[in-house]
Amino acid sequence: MKHPDPIRTAAIAWLFFVLAVPFARADEAQLPQLMHLLAQTKSAKATFVEKTYIGIIDRPLVSKGDLSFVAPDSLEKRTLTPKPELLVLRKDTLTIERPGKRRMRISLEEHPEISAFIESIRGTLAGDLSALKTFYTLRLTGSMEKWLLVLTPKQQRLNRIFSRIRISGSRADVNTIELDQRDGDHSVMVITEISHSR
Amino acid sequence: MKLRRRHVVLGLWLALLLACVLIIAKTRFVSDLSAFMPKAPSARQQLLVDQFRYGIIGRLIMIGIEGGDAAGRARLSQELANRLRKTGVFLGVQNGDSATERRDRRYFFDNRYLLSPDITPAHFTVQGLHAAIKNSIDALSGDTGLIVKKLFARDPTGETLRLLDQFGGSSQPRILHGAWASRDGKRAVLLAYTRAPGTDIGAQARAIEIIRNTFKRLPDRQADSRVVMSGTSVFAVKSRNTIQGQVTRLASASLLLVVLLLLLVYRSPLLLALGLLPVLSGALVGIAAVSLRFGQVHGLTLGFGTTLIGEAVDYSIYFYLQRAGQLNPGHFWRTIWLGVATSIAGFAPLLFSGFPGLAQLGVYSISGLIAAAIVTRYVLPALVPQQLKLRDLSRAGFALDRVLDIATRLRWLPLLLAIASVGVIFAHAGKIWNRNLSALSPISKADQRLDQQLRNDLGAPDLRFMVAFSAPDKELALEGAEKAGQVLRGLIHRQVIAGFSSPAFVLPSLALQRARQAAIPDAQQARQRLRQALVGLPVRIGRLQGFLSDLQAARVRKPLRRANLDGTSAALLVDSLLIHRASDYLVLMPLRPFDRSAKVPLDINRVQVPLQATRLKHIVVIDLLEESTRLFRNYRNEILLLSELGCLVIIALLLGALKSASRTLRVVTPLVCSVTCVTAVLLQGGTRLTILHLVGLLLVVAIGSNYALFFESGGQTATPAERRRMQVSLVVANLTTVGSFGILGQSSIPVLSAVGTTVSLGALFALLFAAILSRGKTGLQPR
Repeated sequence: MKHPDPIRTAAIAWLFFVLAVPFARADEAQLPQLMHLLAQTKSAKATFVEKTYIGIIDRPLVSKGDLSFVAPDSLEKRTLTPKPELLVLRKDTLTIERPGKRRMRISLEEHPEISAFIESIRGTLAGDLSALKTFYTLRLTGSMEKWLLVLTPKQQRLNRIFSRIRISGSRADVNTIELDQRDGDHSVMVITEISHSR
Repeated sequence: MKLRRRHVVLGLWLALLLACVLIIAKTRFVSDLSAFMPKAPSARQQLLVDQFRYGIIGRLIMIGIEGGDAAGRARLSQELANRLRKTGVFLGVQNGDSATERRDRRYFFDNRYLLSPDITPAHFTVQGLHAAIKNSIDALSGDTGLIVKKLFARDPTGETLRLLDQFGGSSQPRILHGAWASRDGKRAVLLAYTRAPGTDIGAQARAIEIIRNTFKRLPDRQADSRVVMSGTSVFAVKSRNTIQGQVTRLASASLLLVVLLLLLVYRSPLLLALGLLPVLSGALVGIAAVSLRFGQVHGLTLGFGTTLIGEAVDYSIYFYLQRAGQLNPGHFWRTIWLGVATSIAGFAPLLFSGFPGLAQLGVYSISGLIAAAIVTRYVLPALVPQQLKLRDLSRAGFALDRVLDIATRLRWLPLLLAIASVGVIFAHAGKIWNRNLSALSPISKADQRLDQQLRNDLGAPDLRFMVAFSAPDKELALEGAEKAGQVLRGLIHRQVIAGFSSPAFVLPSLALQRARQAAIPDAQQARQRLRQALVGLPVRIGRLQGFLSDLQAARVRKPLRRANLDGTSAALLVDSLLIHRASDYLVLMPLRPFDRSAKVPLDINRVQVPLQATRLKHIVVIDLLEESTRLFRNYRNEILLLSELGCLVIIALLLGALKSASRTLRVVTPLVCSVTCVTAVLLQGGTRLTILHLVGLLLVVAIGSNYALFFESGGQTATPAERRRMQVSLVVANLTTVGSFGILGQSSIPVLSAVGTTVSLGALFALLFAAILSRGKTGLQPR
């Protein structure tokens, strides 16, 4: 798959955003349909390339690795470069492992803001509309072939950090996840699917 | 002459009693847990005791707020914490409030260049800076990037995270509505530590009262909201109250029982009053003797006063019979003295016990029994009318005699029971002993459960494995902790341990702080090196001005002292791990094993050996669980050995006095049978034996030997009428013993109930078996 440069991604996203507004109502109706499509996925494996743009750093930081998802609530993100790191989400527990460091274990129940953030990705992958609606206001634009889902945090604590999360895809495949932070920093993760079972 | 002698005896007696009263008036009575905390024979065990005495453990009060809803509980928690902080009674009150959390974060961030273990001259070379900053940049794109980002501009070398990393693995309570809550969220939890030491039980009791009253006065409390508390000091106060309350109640109840029983049998207030004289004299002498020997008397020792009531009352009961002319005096006193001697042999092992409480019990019982016997022998005759008219008990005597004659035919029964009991004991092999020292603690199971829950809620560290050493002053103590810390870091690297805590993590020694300050380059050098370090990195030096100015500020600032920690939760860490003792400092460094649930989570020798190289004073690695198990094993073995010796002495005494192996056997057999039967009954009832049960068995031998002796001697020499009299009085004496120990057995204090149950059961068995076995031949004699 393509390795889209950030400007193009941003441009497309902007285009979608602008174009989508008048049709928002119509697309809103498609949300359950998209969610249903997404919910068909039983498990998926993919590679990712994530670019993080941070104000204080002069150029985007690139990290690469693998993703795997098993419905309904298991998600693994294995970063290979620049620093090996393993993030595992199982039900309500998030663990982060780094070589030579102690394993970090976070209970989502105790950290609502992390939970909300995690739900944006997991909820989308699992097609869990009610989970998404708990934490975000949703806006869907585009067609089933090329959709863009914009999540705006409802919770103040999360809203202070992220202004919005944009997820784009084609039918049941998620292609990019973009995080926009309040301070202007943002990141784009491009996902390339390897295998998929429904 | 006779009259003069009588006056001398009474005068001496009264003088003795007066002296005892004077001593007792000056005696300090204690009722804390110390008596049943063993005297620590080894340096390691002394550390444990000191940790309680001087350390923070004795001062911690865990508080839980229950009832109402989560938001309400969190609000009460904040309000309670605020008000308690203002009382001045507490050194600190923690409840996870955001203000403390902010102070904690500030402390670590502001002081990172004095606290971070990475600060060495090499860290600030061009290569060192480059590596550290590159590391942080890489972390920025990782899953914890958001945290790193917040710190990056002022802390590009990642010191804050590095030093927080040291605490990883120590769990914190969860936070609900801005205050600590239990895992299940149903309870708000707080931690208060008092200014007064844990040994000041009075002050601890006041602190607990203040918490309770402050909570009661909180505004807008929901009806069902309540406060619960636990902790060593709460236990100490509770057990003091329990002991004080129960000892008085138990002693009065058993006295009342004995009085009623004696009244029922003798129907004479005069005889009753006189009959209690040996008991009261014995008690006074016993308490005075304990006071003289130990300097203080434990409340529980008084609780055992019933041991005296049980046995000393017997003497006066026997004496009345003798005075009423129904027992041969010379023969009677021989039996009494032999009984006293065997009892003393039975109590004597306690004198050598490592438990101060048991040693007190030994002194109390022996001196009390001797006094009671002497008063019975010399004072009672001077007071009791020469012609004593006893109520006619012959009808009861005949009836009893008939029953006992039938019982004598059941000689196989005790032996059979004993054999069955041995079977039961074997069936329980391996689960006979309760190895838990807490089995002796007077704290109820419910309270222990609450304690465990609050401990879990608060994420209190597992303090099973610890490194401990002492140092003459605070700075040397912290330097020692740093030295030991270096060894321990090596052990983490070699995967011997997973981690450790140290007071030097949050408060490094002045020497180390100065060394770290000296490692920081001056402004010009720092800028120059940073510029070179940033070559090839995507950060411009202009963005890191905050870093450069923070470095310079850290270089010249005043080093941290304990006072800088005030208001942070790190203060608690230092206070609990750096303990000011009477003349030196004790340092504790808890270790985290890799796998807590493994059978042997940590081989302490693999830690002990490398630590020896530090040459720190008395440095030891302690496995608390192992230590307390060993302690129990040692004391149990000690008491077992001493009991065996006591039994041997009793047999020797009997052999010497009875001058016949077969007569001795007749006295000893019922005792052996009753001891095995009681043990079997206790085990079968689900009890696991503690040291106190052993002591109870010892008392069974001491008291039961009297019954066996009387039955045996009655069978040998007494007339049938004498024998019937004696049997009635033995039954009365036995009932008083069974009754008074039975009452003791009802106590909720394990120490008392263990002895009470064992002795009351055992005394009953001893009487029955003695009647069946020791009485032996009489049943076969023609009447």
